[in-house]
Amino acid sequence: MSEVRVLVGTRKGAFVLTSDGKREHWDVSGPHFGGWEMYHLKGSPADPNRLYASQSTGWFGQLIQRSNDGGKTWEPVGNKFVYDGVPGTHQWYDGTPHPWEFKRVWHLEPSLTDPDTVYAGVEDAALFRSTDAGQTWQELAGLRGHGSGPHWQPGAGGLCLHTIILDPADPQRIYIAISAAGAFRTDDAGQTWRPINRGLYSKYIPEPTAEVGHCVHHVAMHPARPGVLFMQKHWDVMRSDDAGDSWQKISGNLPVDFGFVIDVHAHEPDTVYVVPIKSDSEHYPPEGKLRVYRSRTGGNEWEALTQGLPQSDCYVNVLRDAMAVDSLDACGVYFGTTGGQVYASADAGDHWAPIVRDLPAVLSVEVQTLS
Amino acid sequence: MIRVVLPAHLRILARVAGEVQLDVAGQATQRSVLDALEARYPMLRGTIRDQVTGQRRPFVRFFACEQDLSHEPPDAPLPAAVASGAEPFLIVGAIAGGAR
Repeated sequence: MSEVRVLVGTRKGAFVLTSDGKREHWDVSGPHFGGWEMYHLKGSPADPNRLYASQSTGWFGQLIQRSNDGGKTWEPVGNKFVYDGVPGTHQWYDGTPHPWEFKRVWHLEPSLTDPDTVYAGVEDAALFRSTDAGQTWQELAGLRGHGSGPHWQPGAGGLCLHTIILDPADPQRIYIAISAAGAFRTDDAGQTWRPINRGLYSKYIPEPTAEVGHCVHHVAMHPARPGVLFMQKHWDVMRSDDAGDSWQKISGNLPVDFGFVIDVHAHEPDTVYVVPIKSDSEHYPPEGKLRVYRSRTGGNEWEALTQGLPQSDCYVNVLRDAMAVDSLDACGVYFGTTGGQVYASADAGDHWAPIVRDLPAVLSVEVQTLS
Repeated sequence: MIRVVLPAHLRILARVAGEVQLDVAGQATQRSVLDALEARYPMLRGTIRDQVTGQRRPFVRFFACEQDLSHEPPDAPLPAAVASGAEPFLIVGAIAGGAR
């Protein structure tokens, strides 16, 4: 019998939600690390019992926790994130140079094949890798060394590297995204990087089509079609069919194309999900209606999914790492809100129900499909 | 023997209850006490002071004998009552730290 494990990071702890394959009844475990900000938890595809978690507070800084038993027990591992060489400067909010300073880990991406290898996307933006199960971390400094670093600037959440996508067909290829610098790709396992932002248009930077400076909120890829990428930018939903070399706008009939999350159906590479948010200064759904939008055509044509979601007086946000899918048949879709709800759909988005309603603000949602 | 009181979050992280008692070689200073604390509880590295610069984290304070020692030099001797174990060395999360 299949089982689903949902890993939820919140402002005040982590929660683990489990169900059988029917996904009707859920057990809620937590809070783990109560009181700490849990930006992200993720399991190793190579060993589902190996989990990594990012734990931080303003008081005591950053910790990394590791579990070898699917989240029942945890142990702190290495938390020394030191930039390679002289870190240099990026742009501050007002455009002045500001020194690179480590603040926190936004995203942990375990290797597809080795449970002891894991990548960390951090603020101020950089990519780190551990090959000893999180004990020690080394920066893949070619990213910041690309040369455009002095032009990167923080988004409202900080200068964060929030998206890491490992290409299952090519171990040398990794995609990352930074707010607000844009998307980057390496084809040599992290030695060298290049920005992949052609086709993005951003009115809030001096040159709207610049090579870097774009506030990319999240990027998603279907593992069976790794050259196709879907992006939720600050404004605009975008698609690339050439591994990021160029992008086309696919916002189509969305009521608004601002948002944070984007994800792809587990079995249908052209079925894409977003949650439109009213604007960059009004981080809540338009009209107070929480609607997931689904495209079955790879973009442009979108349908509102509302069954089971609040359709009045709803003013929560859905943050960039707070949506995930399982790989059961039918595909399950999950997302968490800043109001503390985690919603699940066991039928690819047609019907939704909350698993939990009253958690702290949800920062991230990841799903493991266990057999 | 030096007595150290950790804030609740760090007691959980270090899996200790109540005070920590440390034997500190040489003079009792902030640095020598924190060195001994981190040697005994490696999971606390980076949570009280930066691992590279050794700087106290901004939202952490050091109190003892009803004094704020946060801005004392790290190699300054701690009060005699702390060095003798009569009074604890308090590591405190600043009251402003829980903003979110």
